[in-house]
Order: sequence, then C-alpha cells, then structure tokens
Amino acid sequence: MICAGLDVGSRTIKLVTLDGNDLKSQVAATGANPLKRCRELIGDNGYRRLVVTGYGRHLVAPALGGEAISEIKAFALGSHHLFPGCRAVIDIGGQDCKVIRLSADGTVQKFEMNDRCAAGTGRFLEVTAATLEVPVGSLGNLALGATRQITLNSLCTVFAESEVVSLIGRGEETAAIALALHEAIAVRIAAMSKRVNIAGKTVFAGGAALNRCLGRLIAEKLAIEMVIPDSPQTVGALGAALLAREGD
Amino acid sequence: MTTDNVTMWRELDIDLKSHDRLLGALGPIYQQIYLSQRNRPEGMGFFDFVVGDIHGIRVRELREHAKNGGKVVATYCVFVPEELVWAAGAIPVGLCAGTQFSVPIAEEVLPRNTCALIKSSFGFKLGKICPYVQASHLIVGETTCDGKKKMFEMLGQYQPVYVMEVPNKKTAASRQLWLEEVRAFKGVLEKLTQNEITAENLSAATQLTNQRRRALKRLYDLRKARPVPISGKDALLVTQVSFYDDAGRCTRQVSALCDELDKRVAKGEGVALEDAPRILISGSPMAIPNWKLHHLLETAGAVVVCEESCTGTRHFSDLVAPGSDGLDGALNTIAERYMNIHCACFTPNNERLDDIVNLTKEYRADGVIHYNLQFCHTYANEAVRVEKRLEEEGIPLLRIETDYGDEDTGQLKTRIEAFLEMLRK
Ligand code: SF4
Ligand code: SF4
Repeated sequence: MICAGLDVGSRTIKLVTLDGNDLKSQVAATGANPLKRCRELIGDNGYRRLVVTGYGRHLVAPALGGEAISEIKAFALGSHHLFPGCRAVIDIGGQDCKVIRLSADGTVQKFEMNDRCAAGTGRFLEVTAATLEVPVGSLGNLALGATRQITLNSLCTVFAESEVVSLIGRGEETAAIALALHEAIAVRIAAMSKRVNIAGKTVFAGGAALNRCLGRLIAEKLAIEMVIPDSPQTVGALGAALLAREGD
Repeated sequence: MTTDNVTMWRELDIDLKSHDRLLGALGPIYQQIYLSQRNRPEGMGFFDFVVGDIHGIRVRELREHAKNGGKVVATYCVFVPEELVWAAGAIPVGLCAGTQFSVPIAEEVLPRNTCALIKSSFGFKLGKICPYVQASHLIVGETTCDGKKKMFEMLGQYQPVYVMEVPNKKTAASRQLWLEEVRAFKGVLEKLTQNEITAENLSAATQLTNQRRRALKRLYDLRKARPVPISGKDALLVTQVSFYDDAGRCTRQVSALCDELDKRVAKGEGVALEDAPRILISGSPMAIPNWKLHHLLETAGAVVVCEESCTGTRHFSDLVAPGSDGLDGALNTIAERYMNIHCACFTPNNERLDDIVNLTKEYRADGVIHYNLQFCHTYANEAVRVEKRLEEEGIPLLRIETDYGDEDTGQLKTRIEAFLEMLRK
C-alpha cells in the first residue's frame, strides 16, 4: 500500500510516495492555496498513511488526515536513509536554512535554524539573481567562472541588493558579484554549522543544493565531506514518507 | 466595562480610545490562551477574575490608598526591595510591560533595536494607557542594563523617577555600595510618604513578603510532581499577578490554590499527559501578558514545569533572613537577600549556571529552553555559557530569542516541535 510524505514549503510543495520500495516524487509551486495544491498532487492515487512536514504542515495535515512532524526530523530521517553514515544535514530552502547534527543512528542531536531574517536562504539568491538579471538556476555556474574576488559587506537581503546595484554601477564583473553573493551565504551557513558543532559526512539538501558553487564553498569553509542527493529538494518529503511507512 | 472604571481612568488621564483597544484585544487572547485549557484548577478562578478586571479593582484599591494619603511606588525589577516600600506604608506595584501593543508608540521615540520590555514600558507611559503607571507617585528604576538606564532618564520627564544603582560584581565593595543604596532608598521613601521606617514596621513588612515568597515556593514545589498538577501557563500567571496584587491576599489565594493542588498530586491527577516532555525555561522575565513561549510549548504537547527567571524562581527563592540588631541589622539582611539574585547583569554569574542545572534535576525537566528578549545583551551572551554548561551536563537545550510580536510564530513552532521530537525519542 502507498505511504506518502508531503513537504509543504513556503515556495514549493514536495510529494514522495512509497509503494513498497517503489519511490515516486513530485514538486510543484506552493502558490496561494497550498491545501488545494496538495490535493492536486496526490490526485486520485490515494494513500494509506500520510505524514506532512514543512511550513504548512499544520494547515495540511489535519485536512488530509495525516500526522505532522517538523522539518528537522523529516530531513534527518531522509538524509539518514539516503546516506546511512552521515552525521549532519545542511538544508537551505526557500525561506529558511537549518543545520542538524545527527548521532550515528540518525537521531537529531542538535540543530539551528535562521531566525525570521531571510539572509542565507534561497530567497537571498533569488532576490540578488533578479538584480543581476540572471536566472537563479544559472547563478552558481556563473559564479564558478569568476576571475576576480570581491567581498560583499552586507548579508541582509535588502542591503545586499543595493550593494549589488552599486557594484554593477562600478562596472564589476557579473561573475565576481555572483561569487561574492555565494561567499556571503557560505560564511553565514558555516558560522551556523560551527555553533551546532558538525563533523563527519554532511548531506547538503534543499533547493539551494542544486547550486554547485554554494556546496563547494560551504564544504571548503567547514573542511567536511559533503554529499548531495540526486534530488536534494525532496529529502524532507522522503523522510516524511519513510515515517509513514514505518508506522504502517 | 463599568462606568465607574471609565470615570476613574479619565481621572487618571488615560487615553481612553487606545486603552479600549488594548483591553478589547486582551479579552479574546486570554480566552484563547487561558480559558480554553482543560482541567484547570478551580483556584485559578481568582486569577482569571483579576486579569478579567485588570485595570479595574486593583487600580481602585490603589486610588483609595492614595485618597487616604498613601503612596504608590512602581517598580520594574526584582532588585527593588519591596519590604521597604510596604514598611513606609506605601504599596509597591511591579509594572508589566509585556505587550506588543505599546511597542509602536515607544518606537516613535526609542531606537527600534531596544528590547521589547523597555519599549513596552516606555510606550505605556507615552501613550497613557497603563493606569498603574498613572496611579503611581514614584517609579523606581535600577541600573541593571544600559537600555533601561537611559529609558528611565526619559521617563523622568513625565513622572518622578528614582534610580537605584545595582552593582555589576559581588565583591565586598559592591556589597557595601548596594547596602548604601538600600539605605538611601529608605530615605527616599520616608521623604515621599512622610512615614518613618522602623525596625518594627520593617519586620512586619518582611514577614508579609516572606510569606508570599513561601506560598509561591510551595506552588513551584508542587510542579515537581509527575504528572504535573498545574499548567506552566497558569503557574506563570500566578507569578505575574503576584507582582501587582496585594501581598497578603495573594498569599492567601496562592495557598488555597496549593491546597487544591496537594489533593491533585495525592490522587495522581495532572494537566498534561504522563509522557509530556517537561520543560524548564530560563532567561529574561516574562511580564504580563507575555505568555507567548508557554503557549507555544504547551500547545505543542509539552508542559512547562519551572521558570528560572525573575517571573519565576528568582522572584521568591531566597527569604529575607530575620535581622538581629534593630533597623541596621534588618537593612543588612535585606541588602544581602537581594544581592543573591542571580541576574545576568552580574559578572561573573556562575551561580545562575548552577541554578539551571539544579532546577532541571529538582523539577525533573527533560529539557531546557533558554529564552531571551531580542536585543537583551546580557542574557543573549550569557546563553553561550549556559549552552556549554548544559552540554557538559548532558541536558538538552534550545535557545530562543524573540520579542512580543507574532511574526516569528511559524519559525518558533518548527524549532519547538523539533526540540520536543528530540526529547520524546
Ligand atoms: S532579569 Fe535582571 S534586570 Fe531583569 S528583572 Fe530580573 S533582576 Fe531585574
Ligand atoms: S530584558 Fe534585558 S535588555 Fe530588556 S530590560 Fe531586561 S535586562 Fe534590559
């Protein structure tokens, strides 16, 4: 029977279904009506057990008859399943970022999340990519081609945007500006990771893990072994689906 | 709302329009956070009643007192020795400053990156919405943090303010300084009230406050039971009310509540599930109506069993020892009692770290939440040492920094739920 995991994020909704060992996943934009979007994703397939995580979990779980768990637990479960030896997770999503330290058996030992500020999240990349007039998906590759190194003074999404504008005005190389933006996030994530004291194999998850430049910079700063799942966005939904199967 | 109240508020120069909005907002919040709880002790009825008429009855009592020539002295911090106030025939009230409502008003003047407690209190005065502030003859501040120090200077433009100097260290010289401050405060009160503080009236006042401390201690001791007989929210409310209610009445009401809880404990009756994670909260004070963190925690299925804070154990944990030789002796023991408060304004403040560890064990807490108001530098920085110490002790900790607003509720929920999942495993 089918077990489903939903990760209702602020920007995208992820669904993972497990039919025995047969795994399927889908991603859709959250939009203005997340509950409706979840129903559409599930379609007529139905499920026997559902676990919901993400920012919208308390809205969706009761309506669809599922159990709600935090993103922290969901990402821990998903990461441990994909990489059984991993000891930490770094997740950078649309509006938040988190760092989780795991014990050898995959349970959460300690975690940190950003506060209400969007610095260091996917949102930061989106806003600045728009200013640079570059699609957010190619920002990472652009940055990897930088020939110069500059530093950004501000980590705040609002101030960084105006800083980027003035760098453009000064005629800075676009790739160098893009690299500086990645640096800024990596510094922030690295500081957060140090507060959580992570070590060992670390899973980089969330939409931002698709960005190769970011992963490389963070791994360098922390001197850790970093692994990136094939589908980094759906790790939380996978964790939820695994929990649903466990309770089946 | 009775017309009597409105007349009184008008006499106190309250901004009635904005005051209406404040009370109008409080009702539904209280309903949602408090009255919807299940299996509450009956003894909470008194406290519900007090909050239900929060700007009525008690203010009227203070006004009566003033009409008979008595004085009202407002305070913001548990460092101000209230025994002296009672002894001088005045009534102390701890001001609340726990609402977002008055923050925007304060931000018209104060820098935004000031802690919510300071902004809230200043906004109450600026906006003329707190009858307790309006009814007081003297506001007594202290030098426990820089933001408050400067706020008191500005507050002084509106109303008489007196500031006590709380030292930053606990050396012999600091203790001497504090003793002098206590003595000077005695003089200030005598001048204000035209009453002399004597060994006799001070001893009577000390008994009054010690009794209330004992009653609160008894209430907290009952929270050590498993299952816990009273919710963290309710216990916090009792502590908050004890800051402005009459001390004698408060003692009686808390004692009656404890009698009821005794029976609950004997029967093994509790307010939360047996396996609900038990949480100790440590950090900045939570002034009424700041119930945000407790509400989030208890809604998520945990139960708060103790607060290591000034709206918690620091408020009552030490009694004033009986003084030996007359007035001087009494002033000495009072000064000593207050120097034993383990506030983050002291350096070093290792005793607080010990307190947290000991209380966690005593109250059988499964985890600790370190709570500090945003922009409160003393507690935010001390949290680093708290974290290290608890890690050594193997006690799970979650650090939360927030203010009175609601915008971060979603984030806080996620972090709190993840923490509880960690404790439950
Ligand atoms: S935390 Fe410190 S400054 Fe604040 S009320 Fe308590 S003793 Fe006073
Ligand atoms: S919470 Fe901190 S910053 Fe705010 S008044 Fe108290 S000591 Fe000062």
